Amino acid sequence: MTTPAPGTATLEVRALHKSFGALKVLEGIDLSVQRSEMVFVLGPSGSGKSTMLRCCNRLEEPDSGDILIEGDPLTGPGVDLNKMRQRVGMVFQSFNLYPHLSAMGNVTLALRRVQKKSKAEAEDLAIAALAEVGLSDRAGHHPAQLSGGQQQRVAIARALALKPTVMLFDEPTSALDPELVGDVLDVMRTVKDHGMTMLVVSHEMKFARDAADRVIFMADGAIVEQGPPEQIFGAPTHDRTRAFLSRFHG
Amino acid sequence: MEQFLDTFLNPVVLAKYTPAILQGTMVTVILSVLIVLCGIGLGAGLACIRAYRVRLISFVIVIFADVLRALPPLVVILLMFFGLPNVGILLSASVVLFIVLTLVLAAFAEEIVWAGITATPKGQWEAARSTGLTFTQTLFHVVLPQAMRMVIPPLTNRAIAITKMTALGMVIGVPDILGQATTAQSFSANASPLTLAAIAYVVLFLPFVIASRWLESRFASPGA
Ligand SMILES: Nc1ncnc2c1ncn2[C@@H]1O[C@H](COP(=O)(O)OP(=O)(O)O)[C@@H](O)[C@H]1O
Ligand SMILES: [Mg+2]
Repeated sequence: MTTPAPGTATLEVRALHKSFGALKVLEGIDLSVQRSEMVFVLGPSGSGKSTMLRCCNRLEEPDSGDILIEGDPLTGPGVDLNKMRQRVGMVFQSFNLYPHLSAMGNVTLALRRVQKKSKAEAEDLAIAALAEVGLSDRAGHHPAQLSGGQQQRVAIARALALKPTVMLFDEPTSALDPELVGDVLDVMRTVKDHGMTMLVVSHEMKFARDAADRVIFMADGAIVEQGPPEQIFGAPTHDRTRAFLSRFHG
Repeated sequence: MEQFLDTFLNPVVLAKYTPAILQGTMVTVILSVLIVLCGIGLGAGLACIRAYRVRLISFVIVIFADVLRALPPLVVILLMFFGLPNVGILLSASVVLFIVLTLVLAAFAEEIVWAGITATPKGQWEAARSTGLTFTQTLFHVVLPQAMRMVIPPLTNRAIAITKMTALGMVIGVPDILGQATTAQSFSANASPLTLAAIAYVVLFLPFVIASRWLESRFASPGA
């Protein structure tokens, strides 16, 4: 991997459009995330947040627009999609751990099959990733033997172990019991502190205030406004943002 | 009572034909093992091919599965055994029985495994693909292992039902348990060899029926 030219965004989205049939879900998203930046995306349900994230590693195929990772295109002819996807880690609301594999097996699968690491090397990397999410003692456990919070941390380790350039989080704590949310947020904080570039869809407002570098408010498939958390939460300029935040006693 | 015992449990006849029934049991066991391995292997393979959703190929697989599930196996057995020699293909009775039952089991197994593949949550595909695994890698390392676990009970039941049909081989002269027993029965003019056959089938299949009951309760709900 070559170092990108200075000034190149780590993740750049340009004029992204996406429809499902007649339903226009994304109507021209422009967004760039800088290296080691944590960007939070807020917005009402159905505003297209998940679709935008999913386009960023092409789980959804964009209708038009460009997505660049450190300047390298993710869409267009001649793109090695499976290679590019390793640079974009994804964490899902429903964890999506492989139930038939242990935590270790979950983390090593792509290391071995995609990155072609040896068994020993993959296991070393997996242990390091599991340690980063505080679960080195759970390597041999299967997902059914782990709490929701632990499962989500394994899922984060699974993405982290591939050493992605950017990580996408789609409501990572929404499926968790309230008392387990904190552990996952702590892990995300650690990941950020280690320099990861992160784009996070979440309604954990307090965490956003504390940890985010920038907050984006989305509605109806477009970015309404964005800025540092103090500004978005303290002095939002758009009515829609204010209306949305008031529902969270923000 | 005496006549009953003489008809079904005549000690002389039992002693005389036990070796033949044991030979027949070997044939049944070998045929059953081959049919189960090849039938489930072929069926799972077809289900995997269908997962690529190439229209024409999927269509052919569905037709194959539906036709073989609709036809009574005996019809196919007779058709092959008496029909194929007319076009110059000579196959022994055992080979015909093996081919037909393997294809029938494959047809059912294909449908069962396919149901398991489609029942695997979409999120499993997405998680795997998002880490850069190819479609084929995702199918074999993530989806198929889960799908197979889900369908072990119906697959076991179907495998038992089809392997029991090796008894149909009697009609075309396969020397399996029932084939040996009916031959012995006509030579001895006594039903005791058939009693032996029944015992042999129970000894052979009862453990699998019990195992399937256990599997049924163990894998009752998918994901449990
Ligand atoms: N695969 C799909 N097919 C059809 N409509 C979809 C699909 N995925 C999402 N949508 C629709 O797109 C809109 C945006 O969805 P989504 O991106 O999930 O919003 P959010 O994550 O902000 O709640 C919704 O109206 C949703 O129903
Ligand atoms: Mg969503």
